[in-house]
Amino acid sequence: MLSKGLKRKREEEEEERETLAVDAWWLDPSHAAVAQAPPAVASSSLFDLSVLKLHHSLRQSEPDLRHLVLVVNTLRRIQASMAPTAALPPVPTPPAAPSVADNLLTSSDAALSASMASLLEDLSHIEGLSQAPQPLVDEGPLGRPAGGASPSLGALDLLGPATGCLLDDGLEGLFEDIDTSMYDSELWAPVSEGHKSSPEDGPGKEVGPDLDEAELDYLMDVLVGTQALERPPGPGR
Amino acid sequence: MVLQPGERHCGGWSHRRLGPWCSPTGSPAPLSCETGCGEGTWILVCRLLVPTQVSLLSMEEDIDTRKINNSFLRDHSYATEADIISTVEFNHTGELLATGDKGGRVVIFQREQESKNQVHRRGEYNVYSTFQSHEPEFDYLKSLEIEEKINKIRWLPQQNAAYFLLSTNDKTVKLWKVSERDKRPEGYNLKDEEGRLRDPATITTLRVPVLRPMDLMVEATPRRVFANAHTYHINSISVNSDYETYMSADDLRINLWNFEITNQSFNIVDIKPANMEELTEVITAAEFHPHHCNTFVYSSSKGTIRLCDMRASALCDRHTKFFEEPEDPSNRSFFSEIISSISDVKFSHSGRYIMTRDYLTVKVWDLNMENRPIETYQVHDYLRSKLCSLYENDCIFDKFECVWNGSDSVIMTGSYNNFFRMFDRNTKRDVTLEASRENSKPRAILKPRKVCVGGKRRKDEISVDSLDFSKKILHTAWHPSENIIAVAATNNLYIFQDKVN
Repeated sequence: MLSKGLKRKREEEEEERETLAVDAWWLDPSHAAVAQAPPAVASSSLFDLSVLKLHHSLRQSEPDLRHLVLVVNTLRRIQASMAPTAALPPVPTPPAAPSVADNLLTSSDAALSASMASLLEDLSHIEGLSQAPQPLVDEGPLGRPAGGASPSLGALDLLGPATGCLLDDGLEGLFEDIDTSMYDSELWAPVSEGHKSSPEDGPGKEVGPDLDEAELDYLMDVLVGTQALERPPGPGR
Repeated sequence: MVLQPGERHCGGWSHRRLGPWCSPTGSPAPLSCETGCGEGTWILVCRLLVPTQVSLLSMEEDIDTRKINNSFLRDHSYATEADIISTVEFNHTGELLATGDKGGRVVIFQREQESKNQVHRRGEYNVYSTFQSHEPEFDYLKSLEIEEKINKIRWLPQQNAAYFLLSTNDKTVKLWKVSERDKRPEGYNLKDEEGRLRDPATITTLRVPVLRPMDLMVEATPRRVFANAHTYHINSISVNSDYETYMSADDLRINLWNFEITNQSFNIVDIKPANMEELTEVITAAEFHPHHCNTFVYSSSKGTIRLCDMRASALCDRHTKFFEEPEDPSNRSFFSEIISSISDVKFSHSGRYIMTRDYLTVKVWDLNMENRPIETYQVHDYLRSKLCSLYENDCIFDKFECVWNGSDSVIMTGSYNNFFRMFDRNTKRDVTLEASRENSKPRAILKPRKVCVGGKRRKDEISVDSLDFSKKILHTAWHPSENIIAVAATNNLYIFQDKVN
């Protein structure tokens, strides 16, 4: 239920975001907007809808940045209005957009490691990929719902910690023989910095495990689809 | 690709000539016209279609085009997604009208020459040239397909006999030269009439080849390709008033090009944050000032417009002026930001004003006043209570364009249900018209439409719930000096003109 005029504690990281005003005008019943505002139930379905949209957008091979940014910003507003007292989960970030997209891409490319070797040499010229702090490390074995979500999947933190199935160990090994000096440059965010925003179990998560499994299934399909070309499917798949 | 003017080319567009003209009847529309063309009554000049299925029949030369027109063009199920028009633009004289579509094609129409015998044919446009501007590409590094859809076309002012235009998809801008050829050299020494090489031993005399007249041919050739400068999707291109440079804008950056140099461009705006996690705003449109070659504006997804002066610094990250209207607290909602996102920005011809289009309104700004627009026009305010549904079906993200008329007195923009709206800035009157097949009789007068927002619906009104949101008019164009407008509705191009008394 929406409480009346309840001010929530301002999170430090929210300070720069002016859209999340301290005065929770959404909750003030005397406010004209609230009079027409959707009830609390609709708000949570709006949240779900936005999460789905974000999800769908991120799944595109090349997300429409404008659409993504607008959905994320809207999601922030909805989030802020839904959980006034609880600590907000890590802020969804569009950063994830290009990097997750890239992760999805590189996960399918990973199977083609031979061609990747030569393509990697051109990576420094491709700015789009340069934003992902760990573009290659984020992939992992199929379907492993890693507890530690990749920092670059900030946006998907929203969906719960289990969605970070692209992550973890495993991929480093594939590229051992490749010159990784470019990754040591300052363009890439250091690993330690990246993990600072590993997700807590945020409150108010409206999405259940179903969504996470759907995400896993999709990613599995992507990986299995390409890997099927190279080797027989692993056990249990 | 070469097309003879007037030729019914089946691989591209086919012009369906409408029947004999009927004399117009009806009362004048409320919109007043300032260019001396009479009352503001709009009539349909022609409707042009892109039926792809017709191309399959083009193999058989003897197919009667009229038969094709009548039997196939009526059925829209033949039109494919590639035929969807994605941009419309008149050239600087209005003689030519270019359209780009989702399939990467550009079709140029030329205005019918006025003749004493057929005055009523004035204003009609015929196919002049058709060519494939962009092809789908595959980015192997990112495993991405780059769409061939033409996002924008911009004409260069004419400086010689040829026409030049810029066309762009998401990643690459191309400069096309469209020229006519009506003479052909004949009498080569080394080649015979069929072009086969002659045996030099048989050549006993030499002659000078002469130019002989031939049937007019229109050729389009790509003169420059400006590639590999945009990581994100190009949304705008704008030719500078110096006619030497132009800019291309994507979601996060704006680049300045010289027409002669294709392998490098200057980055003049970069709003990409060091850390992409901080990204909250993207560039949505950009345009050069019509007269001051150092000035340009760009709009954002947060509803702001920045005016920049290239003389101030090489990288125009700091704006000279910042236009933003404070949010109306009574209209705040979760969707406030989305509906404030500007989808198009256009300088007036005078250069004194800019017009912006957001989801529900069109605003006119005076360059000298940054804190609020001088005029705001409601395009379809009845959608304000439907924002949640429109968010759900993604219609809220639709990007509508807006245009000025030649004298900057009237502005026009599209809406749903194939409606488009015109606002007269002087009389403050507005009109809603519809581009539909039902009203496609030749010289049919467009009847003003009205949306009923509640209560009793009158006979000719349409209720909000009956609106077809799949029929959206995103792209329109206005002739630079006359009251002739081009309206794109999916794969249809409608040309309307002001009734001439």
